[in-house]
Amino acid sequence: MATVGRAVGVFPRPGFFEYLWSWLTTVDHKRIGILYGLTTTAYLLVGGLEALLIRIQLAHPESRFLDPDTYNQIFTMHGLTMIFLVAMGYNATFFNLVVPLQLGARDVAFPRLNAFSYWGFLFGSLLLNLGWLWGQAPGVGWFAYANLTSVQYTPGLGTDFYVMGLQVLGISSIASALNFLVTIINLRAPGMTMFKLPVFSWMTLVVSVLIITAFPPFTVGLIEVMFDRLFGTNFFNPAAGGNPVLWQHLFWVFGHPEVYILVLPAMGIVSEVLPVFARKPLFGYPFVVFSGIFIGFLGWGVWAHHMFAVGLGPVANSVFAITTMLIAVPTGVKVFNWLGTLWGGHIQLKTPLYFAALGFIAPFIIGGVTGVMHPVVPSDYQQTDTYFVVAHFHYVVMPIVAAFFAGFYYWLPKYTGRLLDEGLGKVHFWLFFIGTNLTFGSQIIVGFLGMPRRNYTYPAGLGWEPWNLLSTIGAFLIGLSVVVFVVNVLKSLRSGQVAGPDPWDGRTLEWLTSSPPPVYNFAEIPVVRHRDELWARKYGAHGERVGAHNPPNPGSELQIHLPRPSYYPLVAALGIAIGFLGAVLIRPAEVGGLGPLGWAVVVLGALITVGGLYGWAFEPAE
Amino acid sequence: MAEVAHAEHYTSTGIDHRKVLMWLFLGSECLFFGSLIATYQVYRGQSLVGPHPHEIFNIAYTSISAFVLLMSSLTMALAVNSIRLGNLPATRVWLLLTALQGSIFVGGQVFEFTTFVAHGLSLQVNLFGTTFFVLTGFHGAHVTVGIIMLFSLLFASVLGRLGPAQALTVEIVGLYWHFVDIVWIVIFTVVYLLPY
Repeated sequence: MATVGRAVGVFPRPGFFEYLWSWLTTVDHKRIGILYGLTTTAYLLVGGLEALLIRIQLAHPESRFLDPDTYNQIFTMHGLTMIFLVAMGYNATFFNLVVPLQLGARDVAFPRLNAFSYWGFLFGSLLLNLGWLWGQAPGVGWFAYANLTSVQYTPGLGTDFYVMGLQVLGISSIASALNFLVTIINLRAPGMTMFKLPVFSWMTLVVSVLIITAFPPFTVGLIEVMFDRLFGTNFFNPAAGGNPVLWQHLFWVFGHPEVYILVLPAMGIVSEVLPVFARKPLFGYPFVVFSGIFIGFLGWGVWAHHMFAVGLGPVANSVFAITTMLIAVPTGVKVFNWLGTLWGGHIQLKTPLYFAALGFIAPFIIGGVTGVMHPVVPSDYQQTDTYFVVAHFHYVVMPIVAAFFAGFYYWLPKYTGRLLDEGLGKVHFWLFFIGTNLTFGSQIIVGFLGMPRRNYTYPAGLGWEPWNLLSTIGAFLIGLSVVVFVVNVLKSLRSGQVAGPDPWDGRTLEWLTSSPPPVYNFAEIPVVRHRDELWARKYGAHGERVGAHNPPNPGSELQIHLPRPSYYPLVAALGIAIGFLGAVLIRPAEVGGLGPLGWAVVVLGALITVGGLYGWAFEPAE
Repeated sequence: MAEVAHAEHYTSTGIDHRKVLMWLFLGSECLFFGSLIATYQVYRGQSLVGPHPHEIFNIAYTSISAFVLLMSSLTMALAVNSIRLGNLPATRVWLLLTALQGSIFVGGQVFEFTTFVAHGLSLQVNLFGTTFFVLTGFHGAHVTVGIIMLFSLLFASVLGRLGPAQALTVEIVGLYWHFVDIVWIVIFTVVYLLPY
């Protein structure tokens, strides 16, 4: 059944519930991308609020604003929220908003699986945060080292919410990564060979491979923690011979590829934005692509650099030191290719370029340089567990956030049909840029002065006070910049300049269709002959102006088969989340669980899941 | 462009989406079982108290159930062949035989677990119990999911919704089934056959 566009005449103004239902059952990658974007932005505000609470606490020595236990929960949830919900959430947002359009496809390969991934993300993120209602959010750090996670040391429900929330998020991430892998492998427009694939789609491919390979070891680690906590097994119980270092291996063999899962899409965004605003092709496309692949590959061989202080011995430490230093090579190659792209270009100083060039590349180099200092093992022994490490990885992740902002200023007009305001955009950029450097530049120095991380307060008189105060002021500037961004988006929705199909004179296929794109994306699937296909269509492969857009042709609508809406993905995802909630509630009543009654919730969740999956499997897809 | 008007049938590689999805999923599963097996190997021979593997394993018994599971891959392949040829009765027979052999394996595992528990091996007693039950248990759960998929195919065939047009669906279930068998070859070798 093909329902294209809105039914005319019967319900010209659909009611609220009909509208809501259309979002709950949507399988359209564009709508799912918007849902991801809204959910993730909500978590950006939550995670940012947590960061501000941390900075208020640390602004002055001997502060009593937060008690130690609350501080542990807030810094843990800040990390979990920013990594799993914000960075991975925005990644999924851009995968959905950009990749099918860049490929010249009508949707992803599995539209219902895509909806399932979103609902799994939403319910998993709620489960991860549900501990706040018990006053027991996870408080063991995002790395949750064994055997702090044993019932002996963390008897409360916080660690259970950590385990179960991340399991649901992991299922959602793997489902989404599998979907985008098949989409990129199988749904490229005719003629789009792998080396005509836009770089953002390439990085999506690499990241998806990392997700489907890095999450399973983490899943197994979480299963082992769960069994230790619920069934009294001995995986991380030293009294029975268990080795807590095993958890560190399972965690970091996931955790380090996870860093590249976060950064590679940002590099993809930058590689899309720079050529458009330099009005030049990307310099050294094959080098950028192969460097991304090489980073993804090497990302598997560096995990123990998180464990130098554990005592693995000089051989292991040396091997991981060398592989870690090696990663600087492809990263440096990328940076020089971006510089080469800008060099000699007709540079258009628009907000996306501010965020991509100044917001990403420049601070990311600081993050990279501080990163290369860590694999020098003796030096790492001094830096480990200080604010120097905190400053280093925030100089890696804040540029990622800047790249997301670049992506929003660049691609949001494709979906809203309206440009964001350039003036507010530059205010947003400078607040963000100055705030970031103030916050984390101060932390580089206070780290060198020896201030330990993760402690809820610090004594006066060690020379740490001015840097901490500066850091807090910077954090509030970042917070203010995000408010400016939200205002800018709202203003653009109300009264932004109309974008048109191709506001930036773009190079890739997403600018070929209208803004916002029709539900079927392209009336006719484009045939690709060039790496910068749209640019070649507009200006010819050698610079002569040849043609124009092909606007969507409403006459051919009826021939297009679209997947029909389905609520089964939502049901299946809800069932999985209820099942994992039940697994939290199995914990005894003294700590806030339901005891054996929790099993009833597990069974209920399993039944809902099975019902959802069978409905899904036997429902006609179109 | 007549052939691209039906975009849902066009694929860049010429391979169906679902088949690519299953192969990628199985790649992901390799890492899942790899991590469980790695955990087992890290704790191999590290138990502080008994029962130890050589005290309770019955290699002959487990070899027979492993043989049954491996033979089920043969009947699975025959089922795929039959549905391609459009021979629905034969497909049903082979699917049923595959599911029955899988059930014999899982039943054998339940009996084995029960026997081990009677000999004092539990999830909690030592590292061997912890890692053995979790590794083989997750494999058994995968076989069980495969059996459910096979019975779902049989159910669909009873409803008249399984024919040569769905040969690919049977093949994809077969891919999963063969994968689960191959994983058992590795687990059986590592857990039962390698000397402690």
